[in-house]
Amino acid sequence: MLIPTIYLVVGSFRDNAGEFTVQNYADLGSDLTRQAYLTSIEISLVTAIAGAILGFLLAFAVISGGLPPVFRGALMTFSGVASNFAGIPLALAFIFTIGRTGLVTALLVDLFGLNIYGAGFKLFSKLGIEIVYLYFQFPLMVLIIAPAIDGLRRDWREASENMGASSAQYWRYVALPILTPSILGATILLFGNSFGAQATAFQLAPLVNIAPLLIGRQLSGDVLHNPGLGYALAMGMVVIMGITILGYSLLQRRSERWLRR
Amino acid sequence: MTFGGGGVNTLHPELEVMLESSAAAPRPRRRISLSRLWWWLVFILGALYFILPLVGTLAFSLRAQPFGAAYTNSIADPQFFATLRYSFVIGIITVIVSILIIVPTAFWVRLKVPRWRPIIEFITLLPFVVPPVVLVFGLVTTYSRPPVPLTNTDFGSNVLVISAYVILSFPYMYRAVDTGLRAIDVQSLTEASQSLGAGWLRLLWEVIFPNLRVALLSGAFLTLAIVIGEFTIATFLARPAFGPYISLLGGNKAYEPAAVSLISFGLTWLAMIMISLLGRAGPGRVQIAGAR
Repeated sequence: MLIPTIYLVVGSFRDNAGEFTVQNYADLGSDLTRQAYLTSIEISLVTAIAGAILGFLLAFAVISGGLPPVFRGALMTFSGVASNFAGIPLALAFIFTIGRTGLVTALLVDLFGLNIYGAGFKLFSKLGIEIVYLYFQFPLMVLIIAPAIDGLRRDWREASENMGASSAQYWRYVALPILTPSILGATILLFGNSFGAQATAFQLAPLVNIAPLLIGRQLSGDVLHNPGLGYALAMGMVVIMGITILGYSLLQRRSERWLRR
Repeated sequence: MTFGGGGVNTLHPELEVMLESSAAAPRPRRRISLSRLWWWLVFILGALYFILPLVGTLAFSLRAQPFGAAYTNSIADPQFFATLRYSFVIGIITVIVSILIIVPTAFWVRLKVPRWRPIIEFITLLPFVVPPVVLVFGLVTTYSRPPVPLTNTDFGSNVLVISAYVILSFPYMYRAVDTGLRAIDVQSLTEASQSLGAGWLRLLWEVIFPNLRVALLSGAFLTLAIVIGEFTIATFLARPAFGPYISLLGGNKAYEPAAVSLISFGLTWLAMIMISLLGRAGPGRVQIAGAR
């Protein structure tokens, strides 16, 4: 584990002839790679935030929304499966569902006369990737956030109601401040989760320009083969993921204060 | 006055107060049932999003003629079982190596150097920091040339793919083992077995391992589920694994990929069911996130 990492760092400062250079990092600024990183970051941000909101709502629905407890168990098991059901099969499942000849595509045409492909929708695009990534993003959110929602004690709600707080006030002054570190932490984790994803995008939309696919292409040497640039690209990803995880563990420490009791 | 009806606002203020207090009793119930309706809606929408892709895939796989041909064809393909078996064997070896590394480490840290725990936890989080595509990039460029040209031989590549998977499995394994260790009194067990004359190996093998059985099994199933579907690392190391096979199928066939995708989903599901069954029997819980 350590040897390849060191190699990565060293390699990122070498050119094809093995001489020391910072050119690889300068190349990171080129349009192609900058665009790849920006797209990657955008996709990750969108799916992390959307996934966090949806996952939170869903987790809250089964835990405190008054639904029968059976649904809670079902959702948890399903989330465990769905958050691990990624990569090639997931991409294929979505192609069969909302691809050009997919079930939902056909249903929309039959039921509402709505042809999403006529309207310019493409599954092999940024939006398509985002829709598919959400499939493993919000189950993950459900799994991470459930303990935090469980940690919201009934007494707090009752206490605030006794003191005359409205539901909105309870959320604004009690529940959200307690949950914020957990929610933010989970969102960061979701960001990292989709930032590092490669297989799903590879199967779904190999031509979309995102960072993991770019590294893959450097590696398989399809086009502009330049291992030095590959190293620098990889380092860029490691740095972003490093920041992500650091932020996560800081927030984690904060939110554990409330969960431990 | 938050939930009063629209007409009430035009009444005299005093009357309004009276009305509000008299209406206070029935109001909460209506509010709860309304919010419950809203949560039902959220749940149903979420469930639809979960289920539709599966239904879509199933429907597509059943379009093949004659009925069920997509499934029989897939299973009849010798590549199907060959790649599945390869991934399964690699997964089992990964689990064994991972357990052999993680258990003694976690045990030692817990017993002797608890202040190292944050460091170990950080190391086990590394696979999240270094995405699979970066990891495999590092491995291939490091080991594809002298002094250690591992990618030249099948055996070398297998070693590489297993070590990559072992690294991937660290977070899950470590969490599972750590939770398991938390549930038993490591200190007393160690002292007891040592005063009975057991050495370190015997202590680990006959006392610690059996006590961690449930935790280890749930970590193992999760690792298996991840390894069997893994694509990125296997494909760049050119391994005949299940993930690359599905990908290849997706490019070449029409209905079979749908069938194989569902089978792969079923395998993941099986692993998760095993974990939650185990979880009921003792410590250990469903872990999160896999190889994307």
